[in-house]
Amino acid sequence: MQLSRDDLKRAYRRMVTIRVFEERVTQEFAAGNIPGFAHVYLGQEASGVGVCFDLTDEDYIGSTHRGHGHCIAKGVDVRGMMHELMGKRDGLCGGKGGSMHIADLSKGMLGANAIVGGAPPIAVGAALTQKYRKTGKVAVAFTGDGASNQGTVFEALNMAVVLKAPCIFAFENNGYGEHTAVSYACGAPSIAERVRGFGLPCDVVDGMDFFAVHEAMKRALDHARAGDGPYALELQCKRFLGHFIGDPQAYRTPSELEEARSHDPLPKFRKRVTEAGVLEAADLDEIDRLVAGEVEAAVASGMAAAVPDPSKDLTRDVYVKYG
Amino acid sequence: MSRKTYLQAINEAIKQEMRRDANVICLGEDIAGGQGGSGEPGGVGSVFGQMQGVYKEFGPERVIDTPISESAIVGAAAGAALTGLRPIAELMFVDFVGVCFDQIYNQAAKFRYMFGGKAKTPMVLRTAAGAGFRGAAQHSQTLHPLFTMVPGLKVVMPSNPYDAKGLLISAIRDDDPVIFIEQKILFGMEGEVPDEAYRIPFGEANVAREGDAATIVAFGAMVPRALAVATEFARQGVSIEVVDPRTTSPLDEDTILESVEKTGRLVVVDESPPRCSMAADIAGLVADKGFGWLKAPIKQVTCPHTPVPFAPVLEDEYMPNPRRIAEAVKAVLA
Ligand SMILES: Cc1ncc(C[n+]2csc(CCOP(=O)(O)OP(=O)(O)O)c2C)c(N)n1
Ligand SMILES: [Mg+2]
Repeated sequence: MQLSRDDLKRAYRRMVTIRVFEERVTQEFAAGNIPGFAHVYLGQEASGVGVCFDLTDEDYIGSTHRGHGHCIAKGVDVRGMMHELMGKRDGLCGGKGGSMHIADLSKGMLGANAIVGGAPPIAVGAALTQKYRKTGKVAVAFTGDGASNQGTVFEALNMAVVLKAPCIFAFENNGYGEHTAVSYACGAPSIAERVRGFGLPCDVVDGMDFFAVHEAMKRALDHARAGDGPYALELQCKRFLGHFIGDPQAYRTPSELEEARSHDPLPKFRKRVTEAGVLEAADLDEIDRLVAGEVEAAVASGMAAAVPDPSKDLTRDVYVKYG
Repeated sequence: MSRKTYLQAINEAIKQEMRRDANVICLGEDIAGGQGGSGEPGGVGSVFGQMQGVYKEFGPERVIDTPISESAIVGAAAGAALTGLRPIAELMFVDFVGVCFDQIYNQAAKFRYMFGGKAKTPMVLRTAAGAGFRGAAQHSQTLHPLFTMVPGLKVVMPSNPYDAKGLLISAIRDDDPVIFIEQKILFGMEGEVPDEAYRIPFGEANVAREGDAATIVAFGAMVPRALAVATEFARQGVSIEVVDPRTTSPLDEDTILESVEKTGRLVVVDESPPRCSMAADIAGLVADKGFGWLKAPIKQVTCPHTPVPFAPVLEDEYMPNPRRIAEAVKAVLA
């Protein structure tokens, strides 16, 4: 195993943080403490964490409507996130964005995005900045299987190739776009095959396995950082829950849902590192405890935090300067 | 006649028109739902349920689930309309129009004029709009002014279940492209809706409440709010007239002007940022053609010039609310 003990602990911690955070979001949403819409990342933890693991705060990611996991994978603070989801004044975006617009530019997180297919062109732009300034950094566009059918995505892929932008397209194929299966909505034999037609490499990866994702991302990073242009990954994932919290999912059989759960990336990771003797179960249990406390604290402080003040906050920050 | 929700009224209009005319087809994302899945398709019927049961009755040839590709959905509807069908395309949230606006405003809206009157584009673009759901900046806009300013488009904003059914049937039978804007916050609103098909003509305002002290012109989801405020004033013996134009294009200027001639006082309530809004449009109309009747300056009640905020306290203040409408009415009465 090439990763150090500390690296493995960090990977596990990020994945568990996503798991516990999202489970808690599901509860708090049902309890009415998180308003609006919430799309959780349960089951896809290995994908986001594997992709972001070797990125620095100066590398960028553009995300999707299912963005909490990407935030955590990129190192965004869960307290600020929970406050934002609850619409609080000291949330990451001042309570103005919420789940679908959560962003932390200081961590290179360019925002969740409520427009399907919204992020890939933006990621190409962020990659262009890196190319122009010769920073050696990259931008990653997270994109769902459903979003992969959007014209903006095709344009971004083509332009990234033409401009040789250091952009990595992370297609997270969780089988469904809302309530429609990828097999119905993607006309090509696979997302990867279609992407390759644009003239960039695209690896098909087990998105439920942290190690597989991390390995693939290394190839993508080497390629992009060497100035060889964009690279794509089709990360095959499972969506554990419905599209949104409360989706009855009549379009999926119970056996399919059960099968999806059998690919859970967390026990898989635990088994691999403990069997290899690199980490003890106790190391991982300790992380579980720390994370549970961290998320609990984020919820408690979020519940107590102040809401924005309409007289001051409503019209602020539309422009840098106006008039 | 029976009580139905706004949502049921829309659903019934679609089913009845599909039974009547085999040229009517539907296109959109998850309007059936479940295609390609391991379970049963057809159980979703659009994310708000407007299309429930439509797939079961009419099947995959007429109820077409599409990939997430709004430009192609709207463009295909325009192309099918141009060649003889009467498509109803669904844009899940009006906010997504940014992805496909060209197909609407450069293509569908302009075919007839550009082609010297030779083309017909009988398509309906149904779309859900409005704030109040904590959907934040990209899922809460109204955007009707954007469509209203495009020559070639007709724009419909039903404010109650009865109008929703009658206006949608008119939209489907209309030979021009129609943007049918469903008011999210009204989906659960109940009212009397005839079981049979009926049409409400475009460009005919509804005087939703008669009065003589002041006129409120309100659009879509703002009509019930204006009516609630008018009821409050009635309790204090002040009778307010509420005019619901029902379509912003064509616009029934006559009914608005007649009302202002009678009352001499005007409040316009529009869920939209103020610049180039319907509020500004109606104020401009009355300043132009009814200035002499005005006994007080016109008041516009709109959203602020900001995107829609997420936090509930901010969103509640963002939307024109009964308090702000009542303040405006008091101001014109003063
Ligand atoms: C332009 C646009 N079209 C449609 C939607 C509605 N919508 C939100 S998420 C979604 C499905 C996206 O599927 P996918 O890209 O596979 O991401 P996943 O939800 O599986 O993570 C749809 C259709 C949207 N938000 N924006
Ligand atoms: Mg998906």
